[in-house]
Amino acid sequence: MTKEQLTGAELVIRGLEYLNVSTVFGVPGGAILPAYDPLYDSPIRHILARHEQGAGHMAEGYAQATGELGVVIATSGPGATNLITPLANALMDSTPLLAITGQVASTAIGNDAFQEAYTVGLSMAATKHNYLLTDASEIPQVLKEAKFIATTGRPGPVLVDIPKDILNQVAAWVEPGDLDLPGYKPTTEPNPKMVQQASSLIKKSKKPILYVGGGIIHSKANNELFELATKFNIPVVTTLMGRGAFPDGHELCLEMPGMHGNYTATTSIQNADLLIAIGVRFDDRVTANPSFFAQNAKVIHADIDPAEIGKVRDAEIPIVGDAKSVIKGLIEALGDEKLDTGNWVSELKEMKTEFPLSYNQEDKGPLKVPYVLEELQKLTKEEAIVVAGVGQHQMWVSQHWNFTEPNTWLNSGGLGTMGYALPAAIGAKTAYPDKLVLALDGDGCFQMTCQELITASTENIPIKIVVFNNGNHGMVRQWQKIFYNSKFSASELTHDTPDYLKLAESMGAVGLRIMEKSDIEKVFNKMLEINDRPVLVDCVVDPDDMVFPMVPAGGSNDQIIMNEEDLKNL
Amino acid sequence: MSERILSVLVEDKPGVLARVSSTISRRGFNINSLSVGPTNIEGRSKMTIVTELDAVEQVKKQLNKLVNVIKIVELDPNMTIETEVLLLKVSINKDSQTSVIEKASLSNATSVDVGQDFAIFELTGSSKELDKFEALMKPFGIIEMVRGGRIALQSNL
Repeated sequence: MTKEQLTGAELVIRGLEYLNVSTVFGVPGGAILPAYDPLYDSPIRHILARHEQGAGHMAEGYAQATGELGVVIATSGPGATNLITPLANALMDSTPLLAITGQVASTAIGNDAFQEAYTVGLSMAATKHNYLLTDASEIPQVLKEAKFIATTGRPGPVLVDIPKDILNQVAAWVEPGDLDLPGYKPTTEPNPKMVQQASSLIKKSKKPILYVGGGIIHSKANNELFELATKFNIPVVTTLMGRGAFPDGHELCLEMPGMHGNYTATTSIQNADLLIAIGVRFDDRVTANPSFFAQNAKVIHADIDPAEIGKVRDAEIPIVGDAKSVIKGLIEALGDEKLDTGNWVSELKEMKTEFPLSYNQEDKGPLKVPYVLEELQKLTKEEAIVVAGVGQHQMWVSQHWNFTEPNTWLNSGGLGTMGYALPAAIGAKTAYPDKLVLALDGDGCFQMTCQELITASTENIPIKIVVFNNGNHGMVRQWQKIFYNSKFSASELTHDTPDYLKLAESMGAVGLRIMEKSDIEKVFNKMLEINDRPVLVDCVVDPDDMVFPMVPAGGSNDQIIMNEEDLKNL
Repeated sequence: MSERILSVLVEDKPGVLARVSSTISRRGFNINSLSVGPTNIEGRSKMTIVTELDAVEQVKKQLNKLVNVIKIVELDPNMTIETEVLLLKVSINKDSQTSVIEKASLSNATSVDVGQDFAIFELTGSSKELDKFEALMKPFGIIEMVRGGRIALQSNL
């Protein structure tokens, strides 16, 4: 029997179906048009974004919420260049992403053809790996390889660039075979000797801290982490990317450390005699100046990416491996050991009481984001997937929202991409139509990708968006206030333009507004009731509020600014 | 700072040189010399990268992350056979001719082309030998010169 002959475009769609892709996000255009023809007849759901950056963030939101591959499709030239931001974002936050881009015909490559860009070159530093295909017969195998690379080891984005003539070329569908990747063999099982050595260090420690991050979530190791922490009585700090890996509210949970971290979380690291760092990369937002970071602590650093170990901080015990296997190994190696951490845990408990997160919401005064967040969470009965943009509101959500489950907190951590929230929320809601998905955004962020509200309404993806509207680039304003003598250069946006109610309505969503305390319950309840359309809440908040605690960039984590009063002593 | 020599075995795929060099430059490091060519194994190329990296460990790890990079070995300078090739075009005239040829021959350079008023020499050897030869020829007027990247092999198993 002769093998079934398909076009390259059909091979792409068949290949995606073969890889169990059920949803793709994208924007069509000239070079990718052939692929959109068979896509029309495929069971794969395509969400038509209004901008390729939005499509990319949607795919990221889908991937962050599910832990599975997110797929985005774009055309050549500007379609591909618009994807660079989400690709770089996914690389920084280790999100498994597959980007398929159209390219001008292989015969035209290099001729500065219409909508030609050197996509492979442009995306080289923004992807884990990328491909330029030269023959349609490669398609099934390359797609399988791309998914494998994107989803295994340290996950990340992979781009496959396909010239238009290759999409039109006819080739046989051949089921992809075994992968031949001699240079790609991620180590997942840790070296038992290193695990043994780590456990000896833990046994001797009186002040250990589990410093954990996104790696726990990627590896689905939250249950193992819970066992390790609770069985051996070790306090846990969860980084921005690791929020939800260990439940907030648990007595061992110290929450987020770092620049805008909890006082106790940041200080616990400074006072620790041992850091058990798992799935973290000693980011500068956590360490501040690394020479002052955890000076009294020995370091066990476990990560699936060997390049992270020793990059910022030398580790006494380096362990290369998957977080889940590492933690299982540690639990086994520690056996029935009783750690002498009782005093340490009570010390930190007292510190938590002494230095809580605080805000000052006056009855008649302008609204403070932390207060609104806490009220919103009270009204939210179910576990929501919470998505944020970047800036003040993001820090406040991370600080004040109670995260108890992994994959319920999506944000742009490493790259700090404003405009992430709305499209990422659309991606998450596409994956989980029955879950409550809240985009908690800032007005500056929202305005960067707000056209995707149209995507949400036309594709029937009823997300809920709260825009914390302070009429400013709030974090920029905060820095200008502290470091630039209150010279507010180019940070003001205005409260009332756009009119968010009209904007929402014109884009097929419901618009609501919160101006004062008494609006909160009524408006949020209404927001939570509406499930047939997206809802946008314009929540007008205090432009002068600042995020604390704060450790200035490059400072020492021993010097934490707790409030505006402390600023005077700077 | 002392030199470090990395021998990098890669898959012979399009773009692999760009990936390697961009990974190095992205982290802010310079390359003193880079050469690439086929190996005895089909589909595999070898790059020899000479750098002066403080952070060579980090660069090795970053390079190892590249899907097309199969293996990286840092060569021990004391156990390494290293060589480099040079082509040098020097001007000659009746007065200088004898002296140029004599110095070239004493340097073990081979004459590969001679014209009315120029000669091209080829020299293979260590970077130091090549430097020395260049210095010797300089007074006669070097018209053009090109050096290939340094290649190296560990001299033990």
